[in-house]
Amino acid sequence: MAITRSDVAKVASLARLELSNVELDTMTRDLQGIVGFISSLDELDTSGVEPLAHPLGTQNVFREDIPTDSLSLSEALQSAPRHDGKYFLVPAVLGETGSA
Amino acid sequence: MMMAAASQPTTSATTDVLPYTIVIGLEVHVQLLTRTKLFCGCSTAFGAAPNTQTCPVCLGLPGSLPVMNHEAFILAVRAAKALSCRIAEFTKWDRKHYFYPDLPKGYQISQFDLPFSSDGKLLVCDSKGRFAPRTVGIVRVHLEEDAGKSIHDESTGCADSRIDLNRTGVPLMEIVTQPDLRSPQEARAWLNELKLLLVYLKVSDCNMQEGSLRVDANINLHIPLPDGRIAKTPIVEIKNVNSFRSVERALLYEASRQWDEFNHTHAEIGSSPKQTRGWDDPAGVTRAQRHKEESSDYRYFPEPDLVPVTVSETELSLMTSAQGETPALLRSRLESQWSISAYDADVLVNQGIAFVGYFERLATILSDGKSASNWMQQDVMRMLNENTVAIESFPVRAEGLAALIAQVSSGAFDTSRARDIFSEMVKTGRSAAEVAASMGIADVGDDELMSLCRELVACNPKIVADVKGGKEQAAAGLLGQAKKKNPNVNPGKVRQLCLELIRAM
Repeated sequence: MAITRSDVAKVASLARLELSNVELDTMTRDLQGIVGFISSLDELDTSGVEPLAHPLGTQNVFREDIPTDSLSLSEALQSAPRHDGKYFLVPAVLGETGSA
Repeated sequence: MMMAAASQPTTSATTDVLPYTIVIGLEVHVQLLTRTKLFCGCSTAFGAAPNTQTCPVCLGLPGSLPVMNHEAFILAVRAAKALSCRIAEFTKWDRKHYFYPDLPKGYQISQFDLPFSSDGKLLVCDSKGRFAPRTVGIVRVHLEEDAGKSIHDESTGCADSRIDLNRTGVPLMEIVTQPDLRSPQEARAWLNELKLLLVYLKVSDCNMQEGSLRVDANINLHIPLPDGRIAKTPIVEIKNVNSFRSVERALLYEASRQWDEFNHTHAEIGSSPKQTRGWDDPAGVTRAQRHKEESSDYRYFPEPDLVPVTVSETELSLMTSAQGETPALLRSRLESQWSISAYDADVLVNQGIAFVGYFERLATILSDGKSASNWMQQDVMRMLNENTVAIESFPVRAEGLAALIAQVSSGAFDTSRARDIFSEMVKTGRSAAEVAASMGIADVGDDELMSLCRELVACNPKIVADVKGGKEQAAAGLLGQAKKKNPNVNPGKVRQLCLELIRAM
């Protein structure tokens, strides 16, 4: 599978990364190398193999629905670049929501 | 979730007058009734001060790891099972990536290709017969975490948005229907039925004001063209609808908007990406938002921090054993057990599980479902509304009301007197006998009643003559006089007794 420059540009924009023309070229070359390396796995016949959902064999790890202490307000906010003592502050986001 | 493209047959239009069929599918997010969040022990209680219910897990701090809330999974399975879904033996979670300030991790833990349940259905009937019963297919139900809350204060002209992350990580169940609904009215009724079911199962409180239930609606039109082909308008997803009534209004608006647009542009599905429109409730219109991203743009991949979940038959039956009666089953049981109409059963069930409990206690004591149902629907409901009180804290217990109704049946009070007594019972919390005594209402003894009737008959020769002449309705003139002489008399009894006396003359 060939990685094109526009593939990299699309992935970069989805990840909100700004790449210069030079960086785009480098990234395309590097990603092509990585994907090419991984694609040697395509030589294996996996038709009878269940897709792997998780590398650990463990399943059904749950916790009980019992409340534990939350962080204090000041602890919760302390690593934020900006806050007003109650809320995290971010540059104005207008209109639509992201998703849910 | 992206909706499957509308593919239903278009022969089942609910309204003959429309030149098109409306095709609607819904996506409903429901907050599960857990004490803690989906992946951490922070409280889910509504209304706490901002950012006081967070921890490294729901803040998305480095090094923290999510652990699944067992209760959330059980509640979700219970709901899916009641929606006749197939429960997957193997399910896993995935990361759905998008950037928004109220999503601190930069991804939402959701389910992509292996949701825990799929292929369900829920029937909605209208007891008033406004539309034919409609079975709505359910594509899937999956379990995911909620995002936080952004507050944009435009009035202050402030350059910042404020973020409250209390809601981040709260367990949500997403229910995606097939595009099976055919009118805005059906959509609203179906949502009511879904809400009733989830509340009965104690899976969610479905409180829309607190954001425990949110609806997105997908809609397009199937328009038969003169050449016999059916044109399908581009699907629009309506967001930001805050009540079921608004869902109905938004869909009505959107259907006519799409019809107008089609007549101008003739644009059909596939000619443009799926559009998202927001409902502006005060203005009563939908407005275009961004174009919906393709699902691959969310760059889903399996969540490495959570292990998969498997569900055996035994575990499944354990999880659903505590499940209560569904509203549909309850309606048919009430109908047959208490010999009441389907309409009556529907009204009772729609009032909620506690109301039905009260009805059944009352019906049991009275051994009379019909009478209990009438009192519940007329008098109890009126009192609840007038006093804005819930049935759980209603001051008159079923036993107390039963005692009153029994006295009405025995003829001690007529219905209008009984209503006065009932009002007073609700107001004061006292028994029917106490209230009757304090209001000077007393059962009129048989001898007293007889002498009153003799007196009436003796003093009203004209009425007596009329009745003897075949005009039995003339006896009504005696009842007013009887009430004046003694307000406690039962008019029915007076009428019967007077007629007997006149016939014997």
